Amino acid sequence: MAEYARPADWPDVPLVDTDVHITPRSLAALTPYLPARWRDYVRESGVASLESDLYPPRSPLSAIPGARPADGPPASDPELLRTQLLDPWRLDVAVTHCIYGIDGIHNPDWADAMARALNDWQHAEWLAGEPRLRGSVVVAAQDPARAAAEIDRVGDRPEFVQVLLPVRMRAPLGTRAFWPIYAAAERHGLALAVYAGGASGNPITPVGSPSYYLEEYVGLSQAFQAQVVSLVCEGVPVRFPALTVVLVESGFTWLPPLMWRLDKNWKGLRREVPWVDRLPSEMIRASFRLTAQPLDAPPDEPARLLEVLDRLGSDRMLMFATDYPHHQFDDPAHAAPAGLSAAAMARFLGGNALATYRLEAMSGAR
Amino acid sequence: MPVDQLVDCDIHNELTPGALHPYLPPRWRAYHETYGGRGDGGAGYPKGAPRAARADAWPPSGLPPGADLEFLREQHLDPYGVRYGVLNCLTTACREQNPGYAAALCRAVNEWQVAEWLEKEPRLRAGIVVPYEDAALAAAEIDRAAAHPGFVQVLLLVRTDEPLGRRRYRPIFEAAVRNGLPVGIHFGGGRGRNPLTASGWPSFYVEDHTAMAQAFQAQVVSLVVEGVFEELPELRVVLIEGGFGWLPSLMWRMDKHWKRLADEVPHLTRPPSAYVREHFWVTTQPVEEPPDPRHLLAVFDNMGGTDRIMFSTDYPHWDFDDPRRALRIKLPPEARAQIFGGNAMALYGLS
Amino acid sequence: MTGHVVGTTDEIGPGERKIVEIDGRSIGVFNVDGRYYALRNTCPHAGARLCEGTLSGLVTSGAPGEYSYAREGEILRCPWHGWEFDVTTGRSWFDPARTRVRAYETSVETGYRPGPYVAETYPVEVEQAYVVVHV
Repeated sequence: MAEYARPADWPDVPLVDTDVHITPRSLAALTPYLPARWRDYVRESGVASLESDLYPPRSPLSAIPGARPADGPPASDPELLRTQLLDPWRLDVAVTHCIYGIDGIHNPDWADAMARALNDWQHAEWLAGEPRLRGSVVVAAQDPARAAAEIDRVGDRPEFVQVLLPVRMRAPLGTRAFWPIYAAAERHGLALAVYAGGASGNPITPVGSPSYYLEEYVGLSQAFQAQVVSLVCEGVPVRFPALTVVLVESGFTWLPPLMWRLDKNWKGLRREVPWVDRLPSEMIRASFRLTAQPLDAPPDEPARLLEVLDRLGSDRMLMFATDYPHHQFDDPAHAAPAGLSAAAMARFLGGNALATYRLEAMSGAR
Repeated sequence: MPVDQLVDCDIHNELTPGALHPYLPPRWRAYHETYGGRGDGGAGYPKGAPRAARADAWPPSGLPPGADLEFLREQHLDPYGVRYGVLNCLTTACREQNPGYAAALCRAVNEWQVAEWLEKEPRLRAGIVVPYEDAALAAAEIDRAAAHPGFVQVLLLVRTDEPLGRRRYRPIFEAAVRNGLPVGIHFGGGRGRNPLTASGWPSFYVEDHTAMAQAFQAQVVSLVVEGVFEELPELRVVLIEGGFGWLPSLMWRMDKHWKRLADEVPHLTRPPSAYVREHFWVTTQPVEEPPDPRHLLAVFDNMGGTDRIMFSTDYPHWDFDDPRRALRIKLPPEARAQIFGGNAMALYGLS
Repeated sequence: MTGHVVGTTDEIGPGERKIVEIDGRSIGVFNVDGRYYALRNTCPHAGARLCEGTLSGLVTSGAPGEYSYAREGEILRCPWHGWEFDVTTGRSWFDPARTRVRAYETSVETGYRPGPYVAETYPVEVEQAYVVVHV
């Protein structure tokens, strides 16, 4: 693997990494942030961990070399994050998110308590101490009203830039029951981040449970497609026009054919969703953004990837990401599509993220 | 007509009440009349039109769309110059909860197809309808029905209880290969076991229709990654009515992650996209309609060419593609001839 | 333009329609609340016989979950893919500027007059009201 650092020939423009994972060293790391009742509950019920099982610890995808601290899982050490990611890539901002699996908890009160603890933990131990970091508000969608209250509690802290929900949910994201969450996010100027993962209790694919991890990981793109369709058809961009939806670690080469399909169907079936008052692809271009990894395209045929980007119909949608600590590329040069114009490259590397997130003005001349 | 030999790879022949009675043994005929079919489970998405049909496809005879052979000839086969049409009979028979009943119904459907369609109209071919959730019963029906030369494939529906690459379904694919038949996987199915998406049930039919492509994607991934084509190198699979615009990005995504995770799947000896190129065919309807029709050419190119693409209309459904108007792009004559008939003739052994 | 007699007003009552051939063109003639409209019977999408589609009302919405239903009988849905066209203008609902079907002027005339009306296939009589399509 080539040196994990910002390629020297990249332009000197703001660089925002929009997909960076952080995680607690263990469940015990969160207990100081839990009320006593829940601290004892966790201990007495013997819960070991809520780490997402989407990244088996030793799978080749789960961590780039050197990303495992001595005393915890990959992405659990803020100092290692600095030395391995923030500094060598000269990031202006890293947008972090913690996918610790509270979405799989059935007890809505415990889930809410864990969400609060995660937000307090990440604020205290990551965001407050490193000005380059921004974070994602963890919420328990099991009780959308309480999730909205949690967004109201922490949403004005400038370190938070988005609200986090998994792509594999109990119900499609467009479902009206979740709208209090979107209202709260919009209210605070936060984006809605939909991340690869989730343990909802629904089968992982539309046709049941697959045998292999490879199928499960690849299958995430199907889940993202369905969520784009749901958010659009249920009218979330109509009801919340200021809310940007960021698809995190979703891939994006599936998006143009999905736009064609949804546009075509909408033309004949519009009456079912009459609040969708313009082409779905226009709504998608206006309201959705995507982080760049995984770049699902043939690595030695850059022209094909450029064609896909052209079909997106907008150079404002795609945002640079490493997906640290996941091993998505061997050569950092492949972390950006080859052949972008200077303007498009600047947007990709940081401009689109600056326009998407409520980031404070960048210091220094660029 | 743009081509000499138009093959329509997706026409729907519809059953009418009582149509199966002559073909059901007494025990199952009594069951059918007393208890009957047990619901679709969770499929509460009324279509855009009654029976999902074109409004102009209701025959003057009073039979429902697709149920009238004479009208099929008048409205579709004759005016468009269809040389061969492949019938895909959509019926709940294949997924009835009671496996014995499902098997009896499927056999009856196949006998009805032979008597009422294949024997009466030489231009028609059909898929063998099977109770696919019970692979042994399905394999038995394939072995029985395949003798009739009018059957050109085994017919499955895309929304199954488990991904089709799972071992429980292997006898179906073995039977298909044993009988020299491709396996067609068609839009539809489902019996309430799996929600339409990984996040449950969407609200609207437009979502249901659009979500079908994701079910097809999951099936392609399953068949490839489970190594079905390593076990059955002669197996050919047709994806019917799933669209195809999504296929290149899926091939790229599978290849990328297979490279990283190859040690999980040592039984795969080649990149996933190689299996797709060798073993899958797709029908065109519902054809992609990008804002610039020429973008379809890039899709064909990304798929590795036009030799696996087969024209279909989906007659008599509402999202019908007209042979004269679909694929309104400049294609070299050989490619056009392949898509509109040549590929299907080769796959299905039509002459 | 020539006026073509396509039928009597009795024949095409409110909510009814008639498909006619004029100069090799198939044209659908509709009566919406006593007013007549004529549209080319070919959908610009894929060539379906548009005028054989379902007549319905217009569903609009100010917000998700809210529905307004008006203009019953004025929205023609293509029999194939269901695209919606305003019968009174021939414009599609989703893309009125660029996706439309040709609409022809109509008039109602009473009694028989020699020319300029073409009535090749339709017998005309004095004291009857006729629907005329101008092509």
